[in-house]
Amino acid sequence: MKRFLIPLAIFLVLVGFLGIGLKLDPHEVPSPLVGKPAPDFQLALLSDPAKRLSLTDLRGKVWLLNVWASWCGSCRQEHETLLELSKQGIVPIYGMDYKDQPADAQAVLDRFGNPYVETVVDLDGRAGINFGVYGVPETYLIDKNGVIRYKQTGPVSRESLDKKILPLVKELQK
Amino acid sequence: MIPELGHFALILALLLALTQSILPLAGAARNAPSWMAVARPAAQAQFLFVATAFGCLAYSFLVNDFSVLNVAQHSFSKLPPVYRFTATWGSHEGSLLLWTLILALWTFAVTLFSRHLPDDMVARVIGVMGLVSCGFLLFMLTTSNPFLRLLPAALDGSDLNPMLQDPGMVVHPPILYMGYVGFSIAFAFAIAALISGKLDASWARWSRPWTTAAWVFMTLGIMMGSWWAYYELGWGGWWFWDPTENASLMPWLVGTALIHSLAVTEKRGSFKAWTVFLAIAAFSLSLLGTFLVRSGVLSSVHSFATDPARGLFILGFLAVVIGGSLLLFAFRASQVGLGGRFALVSRESFLMANNILLLTATASVLLGTLYPLFLDALGLGKISVGAPYFNAVFVPLVTPLLFLIGIGPLARWKQADVPELARRLKWGFAASVVVALLLPLTLGAWKPMVSLGYLLALWIVITVAIGVQGRLRTGAGWSANFYGMHFAHFGVAVTVIGITMVSAYESERNVRMNVGDTATLQGYTFLFKGTKDLDGPNYKAARGTLEVSRGGKPVAVLYPEKRTYAASGMPFTESAIDYGITRDLYVALGEPLDGGAWSVRLFHKPFVVWIWIGAVLMALGGLLAISDRRYRNASRKKGAEA
Repeated sequence: MKRFLIPLAIFLVLVGFLGIGLKLDPHEVPSPLVGKPAPDFQLALLSDPAKRLSLTDLRGKVWLLNVWASWCGSCRQEHETLLELSKQGIVPIYGMDYKDQPADAQAVLDRFGNPYVETVVDLDGRAGINFGVYGVPETYLIDKNGVIRYKQTGPVSRESLDKKILPLVKELQK
Repeated sequence: MIPELGHFALILALLLALTQSILPLAGAARNAPSWMAVARPAAQAQFLFVATAFGCLAYSFLVNDFSVLNVAQHSFSKLPPVYRFTATWGSHEGSLLLWTLILALWTFAVTLFSRHLPDDMVARVIGVMGLVSCGFLLFMLTTSNPFLRLLPAALDGSDLNPMLQDPGMVVHPPILYMGYVGFSIAFAFAIAALISGKLDASWARWSRPWTTAAWVFMTLGIMMGSWWAYYELGWGGWWFWDPTENASLMPWLVGTALIHSLAVTEKRGSFKAWTVFLAIAAFSLSLLGTFLVRSGVLSSVHSFATDPARGLFILGFLAVVIGGSLLLFAFRASQVGLGGRFALVSRESFLMANNILLLTATASVLLGTLYPLFLDALGLGKISVGAPYFNAVFVPLVTPLLFLIGIGPLARWKQADVPELARRLKWGFAASVVVALLLPLTLGAWKPMVSLGYLLALWIVITVAIGVQGRLRTGAGWSANFYGMHFAHFGVAVTVIGITMVSAYESERNVRMNVGDTATLQGYTFLFKGTKDLDGPNYKAARGTLEVSRGGKPVAVLYPEKRTYAASGMPFTESAIDYGITRDLYVALGEPLDGGAWSVRLFHKPFVVWIWIGAVLMALGGLLAISDRRYRNASRKKGAEA
């Protein structure tokens, strides 16, 4: 009878793995850019299209780059969390409005509040592509030397802030 | 009101499914005819109520009832009616309802075509299918109710995924599900045989036509899925080794093994335990496929929104159904005798090799599909396993399998006459080798894989001819089973040629085209005439025009589109294809560039349609085999004895 139990044994191992698999998120893909210098960009500001912001302007501080858009539903989901974080003033958040109409983006900020120090407009998505954005929202943690230290795909949650992003921010700010 | 009726019908269907499983199974155990007699009417009533629920959901979609959450999320007021209907199964909840409906439909078919079977067998088969149905109905009612209301109602829906707005998606899911769920019948027969302890040849004979029918649907379903991916995804590929594709390939491979193994069990009484195992495995892999696609454990283009509660339910369900079956198998299979003995070289041994190769291929696909999950679960990092792994593993396994197609049907049962076999096959083999070595030279570059592909395809075609000729010479009459088998094998050869040619000789160009620009590919000249804006019912599109000519003669005019869907804002590439027996010309629009120019992808795909034609021939072969009178006559005789 023993050899007839083999399929059952294999199956039980499989169930174990599938059970663990349920808790994991297959979308949490590490970015090849983590640990590498952030790609340079020079983009117009949402608040004042005449002014531009580039990567070099942000040298010397630890900051978060949040890629979002007015058409993105799950960006609404993280909006509250970002607002809360900006009020705490631990780390500045810069927004990148990805493939979007500036007027629509401004309307969202007017209505739901603005967590960003500034938002740059990436109209054609070129800058976003350089960052390896493949879905909005995405959030990058960038250190004083302009190196990407962490990437979050999908909405930022309180949990991911407390467990990963904020401890890393504290360490980098030292 | 209508959605509530549908919800209520589902609850009643669950109660009926419980009745359909408990009473007949208990009745068969206690030999109580009146309890067993409940099986048929309960199953028929269950079908009626599941169909009612399905009808209610379809109705809500057709009348744009956006107060139903499912409709608001997956439909849109301007969606054409036919896609509003197919949107019924475009969501997680709806596709589960379709799954259950098809299960009920198959069970209904069993109630009609089982008059000749012993009562306890029928009661157990229908009972087991009822248990499976209970699981799915419970799953829907507890975690995935398709009839949930959205109050206040949405003004409009958020539209069906554009990828699913395609004629192929009207038939692909139901056909594929007919295959997936159809394996539940072989499974139910196997479990019924295990419970009763009567693991003789009769259960194999009874379940054979059902298994072949499910396999036919599965073959067609996979073929349509592959074709759909080819023209709809805009990359020109026909198989991506995506987890969802693998989820359908695995039960198909095991189902193919099962068909062959059932033949041995029925005719020779051998492989008894093995066949039961395959029947359990085929359906288990169908369920596993459902789990992989529905739970979000693996990321795939097909994944629906994920919800941990759902994943947990399916996993629990899998554990109970598959684990329970395998436990039952472990207890009972050890009591089965070995059956007819056979020599080292015999049709049995060739079919045994076929089974082992098919099962190994399945295991390698399963491993490749779940490997990323295993590593992730063990904390060893995230990787993805792609085409290089699958091709490297699959080709060496399939090569001997295809070679065996040539020998197996010509070998005798029990003990093959090796000298006779060699005499009949040697010229055929020599001819295949010579032609396979020389033919690629006429196609341009000689490539080893092309020769290998042609060798296998020619070998199959020649041996099919030898087999048919041999039968004609003996003067034996018509046998649907025999000709069906050879027809299906011939289809395999056609598919192999398609795969060989397109893999070796396909070419593509990615070009920037201004209005009036031309690009050439494989002797075909593509002239870009620019794009025009076009308004679809629920999308806006830029439609390009490309005139294709060869040597100055016009070949075709192609109209690829780049669409933007109004409700979701999703951009979408609609490719344009000029189909042909020896080549497809395939054009897809990339991105718009400055000044009316576009990036355009051009593909030349030699013999690609052979892949799907071959699959259709395989399915036709299966249909032919089912039509064999022998099943009906033989089983009626058996029924009379019982």
